[in-house]
Amino acid sequence: MAFENLTSKFLETFKKLKGKGKLTEKDIKDSMREVKLALLEADVNYKVVKDFINSVSERAVGQEVMESLTPGQEVIKIVNEELIKLMGGSESKLNISSTPPTVIMLVGLQGAGKTTMASKIALYLKKKNKSPLLVACDVYRPAAIKQLQVLGSQIDIPVFSMGNKINPVDIAKAGIENAAKKGNDYIIIDTAGRLHIDEELMNELKNIKESINPNEILLVVDSMTGQDAVNVAEKFNELLDITGVILTKLDGDTRGGAAISVKAVTGKPIKFVGTGEKLSDIEIFHPDRMASRILGMGDVLSLIEKAQETVDEKQALEMQKKIISQQFTLDDFLNQMQQVKKMGPIKDILKMVPGVDSNKLDDVEIDESEVAHTEAIIQSMTLGERKNPSIINSSRKKRIAKGSGSSIQDVNKLLSSFEQARKMMKQFGDMQQKGFKKGKMKIPFFK
Amino acid sequence: MEWFDKLKKGLSKTKDDISGKIEQVFTFNKEINDELFDELEEVMILSDIGAITTETIIDRLKEKIKAEKLTSSEEAKKALQDIIVEMMGKGTQNIKPEKLPAVYLVVGVNGVGKTTSIGKMAYYLKNNGYSVMLAAGDTFRAAAIDQLEVWGNRCHVDVVKHTEGSDPAAVIYDAIQSAKAKNIDVLICDTAGRLHNKKNLMEELKKINKVIEREYSDAYKQTLLVMDATTGQNALSQAKEFIEVSDVNGLILTKLDGTAKGGVVVAIANELNVPVKMIGIGEGIDDLQEFNPEAFVKAIIN
Repeated sequence: MAFENLTSKFLETFKKLKGKGKLTEKDIKDSMREVKLALLEADVNYKVVKDFINSVSERAVGQEVMESLTPGQEVIKIVNEELIKLMGGSESKLNISSTPPTVIMLVGLQGAGKTTMASKIALYLKKKNKSPLLVACDVYRPAAIKQLQVLGSQIDIPVFSMGNKINPVDIAKAGIENAAKKGNDYIIIDTAGRLHIDEELMNELKNIKESINPNEILLVVDSMTGQDAVNVAEKFNELLDITGVILTKLDGDTRGGAAISVKAVTGKPIKFVGTGEKLSDIEIFHPDRMASRILGMGDVLSLIEKAQETVDEKQALEMQKKIISQQFTLDDFLNQMQQVKKMGPIKDILKMVPGVDSNKLDDVEIDESEVAHTEAIIQSMTLGERKNPSIINSSRKKRIAKGSGSSIQDVNKLLSSFEQARKMMKQFGDMQQKGFKKGKMKIPFFK
Repeated sequence: MEWFDKLKKGLSKTKDDISGKIEQVFTFNKEINDELFDELEEVMILSDIGAITTETIIDRLKEKIKAEKLTSSEEAKKALQDIIVEMMGKGTQNIKPEKLPAVYLVVGVNGVGKTTSIGKMAYYLKNNGYSVMLAAGDTFRAAAIDQLEVWGNRCHVDVVKHTEGSDPAAVIYDAIQSAKAKNIDVLICDTAGRLHNKKNLMEELKKINKVIEREYSDAYKQTLLVMDATTGQNALSQAKEFIEVSDVNGLILTKLDGTAKGGVVVAIANELNVPVKMIGIGEGIDDLQEFNPEAFVKAIIN
């Protein structure tokens, strides 16, 4: 995930602070130098960094920290608070028109990911039982209209287009009329990418804006953008008075400092982030969670939300019953594994767990294919075997290994890790019944 | 010098480009003092040269000023130019093949302008007398194949394609056979944009490389990494990862016509030693230009 490099840098910086009982002005100055470098390496704009460092130092060098019991923690707290403040405080929702349809216009540089993002927003709205219409106004890039049409058909959302010979202003207008006829309640307008210094094309955007009066003008920004993000955002904002920002490609290892800069110079909220190549990879931007993540406090809230989204509640309850009554079978094991898999790659999930330094995870190769292997092995067992693994003797093992294309050792390994998991479940069940006792929980697969 | 003018024009579309700013730093500070260094640091970081490389450059500048007993800011400016040129290397770079036939694999993250650059590369090579063929290896992004075909038509070169979603390695395989049969000088292979930290996609790139090595072993092979000039320090980790899976021979730097300064190229030269081969400085078909490091540095600091 984004920001992880920044996170580990901060962790290192604050380690030096943590051990101290008292902080001198020099300590703060040194650690602020580290914070400054980390933020600059993360592509946060130079001027934004300067202001940030100043406001943090001002708060930190004062009494607040000096007299606090754990000065290191206090500094982290201040950095955290200031980061949240910089990124916009709280999350920000879409502006919705009081009389439908709501018109959303996407603008930005070439290659920022507007067309993909338009489709992602459409899918996001569709999941909320809205009926969006995509309007293809990029008449310049070869095959851009086709791209939107293909994406639209993948998610079954209508795309309005008039080819590339018509003025985008007219296409936008016609698109809205079309939506009114068809009863679409959201209209998403994809515009051509353009340089913020290209006056002619920027004026075209202004014309579109004036003729359709959108509820949202969202600037789509590539999270890998460097120092220039500030100039781009300023120019678009100046001309169009944008209503918000969308950050794309946050699934790279980019540190995404652009998020901080863009918010700081435009004052406009970040509304969505694109987090993957699939059209469902879109999230609401949570400044506080992002700040915690930067500081290595983990993104537990996102994790819980993800789980809620993907785990079938009824199944979870049933599982809980089984755990408590200790009737956990290999079938349940398989089921559980599939639930976890639905949440996304295991590595991504682990990164949200507090205290996990995701840089270290890079060395830990979590082999997703091993999970697939395990699945295959369980699926090669009979129902009886899955319910009662103790009946699996060596000739059965041979058959299972052959059926799943694995070795007998693999089957043995699975059986023993299942046994471990079952023991753990038993402990857990006991704990649930007797109340929590001291003791270490072990999670299967992760040592 | 036509190239130089175009570059300058591209870089100076905005008033506050880096060349102006560095110039200002040296005109406002007649003497060499801490203020001068602070301001230089700011301007260099703002141009995406990066905190670490900026530090290296300023340290070297300080040493040089001391060693050569420089006193005026004018002399310091010249020294700064020399230091960066030394980092970037000399001599004009381009993508003309050293021998024929040649095969170019074009890679990069999403949205940097790979397909567009390929169109312009084809035009450039064709104008230099080479026969060119394109392979539509981006089978992932919707309509990427159509986009490449439009470019193929514009430059009158053949495009080998399969349908969307098909195996890119198979497309490249077919393109190689076709290039051999038609005696094509340069085959340029498009690939899907991939974030460098996505393991599977990077594996796919390895597979494509294998196909090229096996089927076209006698060809002059180049892997060109396309990079967006507005990218910040993440460009370094992009380059590192791509180098790891596929020996990157050169960079194509796109979108230099924005206010972007492409300073990250200096950082890449400093830390990774991969040359920039061509730069994109406009939207026209002929706006992909050969790269001259000295002229580039002079355009930045003059």
